Amino acid sequence: MDLAIRCGGLVKKYDRVTAVDGLDLSVRRGECFGLLGPNGAGKTTTVEVLEGLLEPTSGDVEVLGMRWDRDERALRQRLGISLQETHLPDKLTVEEVLTLFRSFFDAGRPVGEVLDLVSLSDKRGSWTEKLSGGQKQRLAVACALVSDPELLFLDEPTTGLDPQSRRQLWEVVLGFKSRGRTVLLTTHYMDEAERLCDRVAVVDRGKVIALGTPAELIASLGGQQVIVAQLDGAVPDGDLSGLPGVHRLSRAGGAVSLAVEKLHQTLPALLALAQARGAALTQLSTHQATLEDVFVNLTGRQLRE
Amino acid sequence: MRTDPLWQLTLSRLRMFFREPSAVFWTFGFPLALSVALGVAFRNKPPDPITVGVWSGPDASGSRRIVEALRATKGIEVREYYGPSTRDLGTGKIALFVRPGDRLEYDFDPTRPESRLAREVVDAALQRASGRADVLPTTDRPVAANGSRYIDFLIPGLIGMNIMSGSMWGIGYVVVEMRTRKLLKRLMATPMSRAQFLWSFVLMRAAFFFLELPLLLLFGWLAFGVGVAGSLGLLVALSLLGALAFAGLGLLVAARAQNTQTVSGLINLVMLPMFIGSGVFFSTARFPELFQPFLRALPLTALNDSLRAVMIEGAGPRAVAGEAGLLAAIGVVSFGFALRLFRWR
Repeated sequence: MDLAIRCGGLVKKYDRVTAVDGLDLSVRRGECFGLLGPNGAGKTTTVEVLEGLLEPTSGDVEVLGMRWDRDERALRQRLGISLQETHLPDKLTVEEVLTLFRSFFDAGRPVGEVLDLVSLSDKRGSWTEKLSGGQKQRLAVACALVSDPELLFLDEPTTGLDPQSRRQLWEVVLGFKSRGRTVLLTTHYMDEAERLCDRVAVVDRGKVIALGTPAELIASLGGQQVIVAQLDGAVPDGDLSGLPGVHRLSRAGGAVSLAVEKLHQTLPALLALAQARGAALTQLSTHQATLEDVFVNLTGRQLRE
Repeated sequence: MRTDPLWQLTLSRLRMFFREPSAVFWTFGFPLALSVALGVAFRNKPPDPITVGVWSGPDASGSRRIVEALRATKGIEVREYYGPSTRDLGTGKIALFVRPGDRLEYDFDPTRPESRLAREVVDAALQRASGRADVLPTTDRPVAANGSRYIDFLIPGLIGMNIMSGSMWGIGYVVVEMRTRKLLKRLMATPMSRAQFLWSFVLMRAAFFFLELPLLLLFGWLAFGVGVAGSLGLLVALSLLGALAFAGLGLLVAARAQNTQTVSGLINLVMLPMFIGSGVFFSTARFPELFQPFLRALPLTALNDSLRAVMIEGAGPRAVAGEAGLLAAIGVVSFGFALRLFRWR
């Protein structure tokens, strides 16, 4: 299979902290691959090693069939990178920043075209300090797109943005992907991963703990629906998982999550059980299963803790 | 479509600078304001006139003629007294007291040079007014002793200081700011050449410098008549060497600093001894002999001394070769160290 990124046994240690702890990854050409995990899971460290900005403690990294120690110059020409946080120069205009970044690459797209792509054409003459958060982030992505890269790295591209700006950026990423290019993005938003990614690796404590398409990962829960309940009183896990239609049970905080096939089958039984045990329901909610539930199920923790 | 990256980097640096009004003031306005203030404060005044007292009035016959003759003489201020003596001579308000009569009497204190001068000038003026002719023809040719004034000393010092602080702040501070803003890391994620990145700073300094130098020179010339005795080309070459030396030092202080506070401290640490010890505002010669070898090794001392030598004494390349060599050496060595130590992220 044609791989854009292959890394095996990746380890990155800082003085005492192990940020990445034996991580394996294969990203296919033409797919949008997501690293999903909470803050501090090692996503950014992983991406920066893949981007050749950090030296791994050990492990093997191959990007577009090349290696950082041998082919850095050629490799840099073919990548587009957007870091987690970059403050572009305040007093340069949008167009000037983009022209500057374009000048570093042998080949690329015309600046005007990229401005259209990220809907910043009407801001081309504005200083970057005058841009909104969403516009700044789109400019950062434009700086990564201006080289017309084969592989695009996006580290938390929409963190802190309003819903509309997020959706605008998603369109940009989907547009890039539709031209057959590869994207590796990190996020701690499950909806973003579900919307953009063909495949997702769930990362926790420097390791990949689950891998698959969003649909596969959700299906691994067994049920498409999730019941979250808080019971004021002891009800053994065995009784709960024995309810009809329950595929998986996990606890996070004081709440119990049940992945179930059909709500109408399990809910009445749950209520009856609670009553029989004399346990009051202090909270009860249901939703469609998401990657968040996958994460909770795997780690017993919420994504955003 | 693609433009040269070095040109783009330099252009960006220049744009960022000129869009920061305070930076423009500190680079261009401040040295001008400083030279105006100091030039005015230490301006050279015309020589004070000699004040001479004359006993005049109806009792002193012929006094009218004497007063008129002295009034017609340049450099003499006449005060008239209505009595044959005055205390003003004793208190130094006048240098000489003239008592008219058939035989003129001069009262003066021969131990005071001013008084002796007054006696000669007044006597010559009065003798001439009475018809004495000079036997030897003479011509006075006043020489404007430009070059000895404070402003002549100051302008080269200000040029040197400007080159130093412009390079140190314009490179050291800006690089560290880029590092704290992760811009350096972002640039490293592109195929940008590191050498070109560093060169863009040097080129920016050089570009500035071709604005700064004429500005200060022109201003010094128009406002105070400060000229360049030596070759202008040599002056430019020395300034460029100085800019290179301080660009190297600027990169060196910025090589590892992780925040702007650290680099500001370092820049001040480097510059303060030179502000005081390198002869910007007063001559290095005022420091004890013990300090002289140390002071002479400072790059700003070398720059200031050589600029002064060219501007005031009209020194040629050979006379300033030592200073030029020192500047070049400091530039090369500090660049070398900066490149080795430089933290790109």
